[in-house]
Amino acid sequence: MTNLVILPILIPLLTGVILLFIPKNIPFQKILSLISGLSLISVNIFLILNILNNGIQTLELGGWQPPFGIVLVGDMLAVLLVTTTSTVSLAVLLFSFYSIGAEREKFYYYPFYQFLITGVIGAFLTGDIFNLFVFFEVMLIASYILIVHGGTKVQLRESFKYVLVNIISSALFVIGVAYLYAVTGTLNMAHLSERIGSLETGAPILTVIAVLFLIVFGLKGALFPLYFWLPASYAAPPSAIAAIFGALLTKVGIYSIFRTYSIVFIHDTGYTHQILAVLAAITMLAGVIGAIAHQDVKKILVYNVIVAVGFVLFGVATLTEAGFMGAIYYLIHDMVIKGALFLMIGAMVVVAGTSHLKEMSGLIKHHPKLGWMFFTATMALVGVPPLSGFIGKLLLVQGGVDSGQYWIVAVMMLTSLLVMYSMIRIFLNGFYGKIILKEADQYGTTKGLLFPCAILVAVSVFLGLGAQALYPLVATAAETLLQPEIYIDAVLKE
Amino acid sequence: MKSNDVILQTTTKVVLFIILAFSVFIFFNGHHEPGGGFIGGLMTASAIVLLMLAYDLEMVKRILPFDFKVVTAAGLLVAIGTGLGSFLFGVPFLSQTFDYFTFPVLGELELATALLFDIGVYLVVVGVTLTIIQTIGEDQ
Repeated sequence: MTNLVILPILIPLLTGVILLFIPKNIPFQKILSLISGLSLISVNIFLILNILNNGIQTLELGGWQPPFGIVLVGDMLAVLLVTTTSTVSLAVLLFSFYSIGAEREKFYYYPFYQFLITGVIGAFLTGDIFNLFVFFEVMLIASYILIVHGGTKVQLRESFKYVLVNIISSALFVIGVAYLYAVTGTLNMAHLSERIGSLETGAPILTVIAVLFLIVFGLKGALFPLYFWLPASYAAPPSAIAAIFGALLTKVGIYSIFRTYSIVFIHDTGYTHQILAVLAAITMLAGVIGAIAHQDVKKILVYNVIVAVGFVLFGVATLTEAGFMGAIYYLIHDMVIKGALFLMIGAMVVVAGTSHLKEMSGLIKHHPKLGWMFFTATMALVGVPPLSGFIGKLLLVQGGVDSGQYWIVAVMMLTSLLVMYSMIRIFLNGFYGKIILKEADQYGTTKGLLFPCAILVAVSVFLGLGAQALYPLVATAAETLLQPEIYIDAVLKE
Repeated sequence: MKSNDVILQTTTKVVLFIILAFSVFIFFNGHHEPGGGFIGGLMTASAIVLLMLAYDLEMVKRILPFDFKVVTAAGLLVAIGTGLGSFLFGVPFLSQTFDYFTFPVLGELELATALLFDIGVYLVVVGVTLTIIQTIGEDQ
């Protein structure tokens, strides 16, 4: 079918539009969102199988040939991430059914949730840098609305900074795109890769543009030192929104660095990728220091988002097969597990009525399921075999050793231990210890909140145990990145 | 807000129709000079905003009793629906085509499927602009 690649974008978009007509009919909104989420997953699985059998799927919008028209490229990396996105978003949707509250639901929560997913999925699937910007904006505008949705005082304060930072980075993005077009005369990623790859000597101006793009995507993806806006703004909105932000939004920035630094900007890797590697190492350290320093469970988790950014980008910077595979694997794992952890932290806050670690204790007495799921998710995050973080980290370490960056590998090991410490602290203080709250004193119930967490934890366990099944998919994705010719041939059809 | 600017109100009554007529003209220009839906929509929206400035929100609500959020949604639906048409014909998404038709009074005209898409864009632009203006205007 010609139009298969656009279906993952169309399903949430169309759902969002239909939901706009019936803002007050909440049961119908829930049912339609659910149907849309399920069909999104099935379409994506179909798409993965299709790519395995027939290679990269492309769609030229309106029949305009690249490099002139806009092209959507469904290669394995993009589709794997889209599938993960749809899984995580479905789980968070289920969580928000029970936690977001009728007041927010009446004010277009579900439509904008769908638009946010549209933007994220579109950014993964596009094969054109300007179109990437467009989908970034779709995603960001929806996120502006969601971050301020409900209008509590904290949200209003933090959303102001969030909007400001993102508007500035969007402006830089357009400037970068303009420079790139002025220098190369194209914005199609395959065509860019071809033109830059055919350069005899590395053009210094391209290195400048590469660093400019690193700044832009680093701002969205929370790379050191550009993550300053993230902790406060992600901790402000309700748990469901924080979960979808933490699981998906930074990942789009990381994906963009991944894509541009493996297919487009490969002319002067000694310079650009070295910067990326060093920044990735500092990002890990800075993130984990924040995670240890805070006593607020939401903040601890938000800083752990930053640590993961460092891990993935280090894999990108190694430019080895193992490093790329590790980065892809860790990216998928991190989307799932961050979603799960944010949801569980949300459930904890619902029960304890506070997000301060010192004020909650002994939750496991009344909520054993939540407690042990949290423990499993923590182990998966840290990478205890056979859970999902392990394989990604193993491959990352291997990639780091292959490329001879031993000290960053050492930083990574150290960071992993400290991440473990920061998360176990939540488990020991929050779940174990003296029981503060009796059953009757609890501020809310976990009714309906555990099932979505369980889905994501199950997916995470599957990612670890089923690594054998996943391996060919990840290998295909890494192969496309290591040999840009495959991507170029598929898009430009030469 | 109670203002009674006779000059502005009298002028508006005349100018409004000129702006609206011109916005329709620009809208149909989309065939050969692309973007008719967007700029036409902006122009229509600005005409309505002028009406709001000259009179007040209540009066505009009386003569245009639409929920502009629904107008936006309808526009989006039309625009996406035009794209979805490509599924029926088995061509890439958002493909367009055109043909010449003869009309009773106007004679032979070119009609393009891009025009349908432009109607969607037009509705979205009018809807979004007026939603924003109304929200700000009501917030006192």
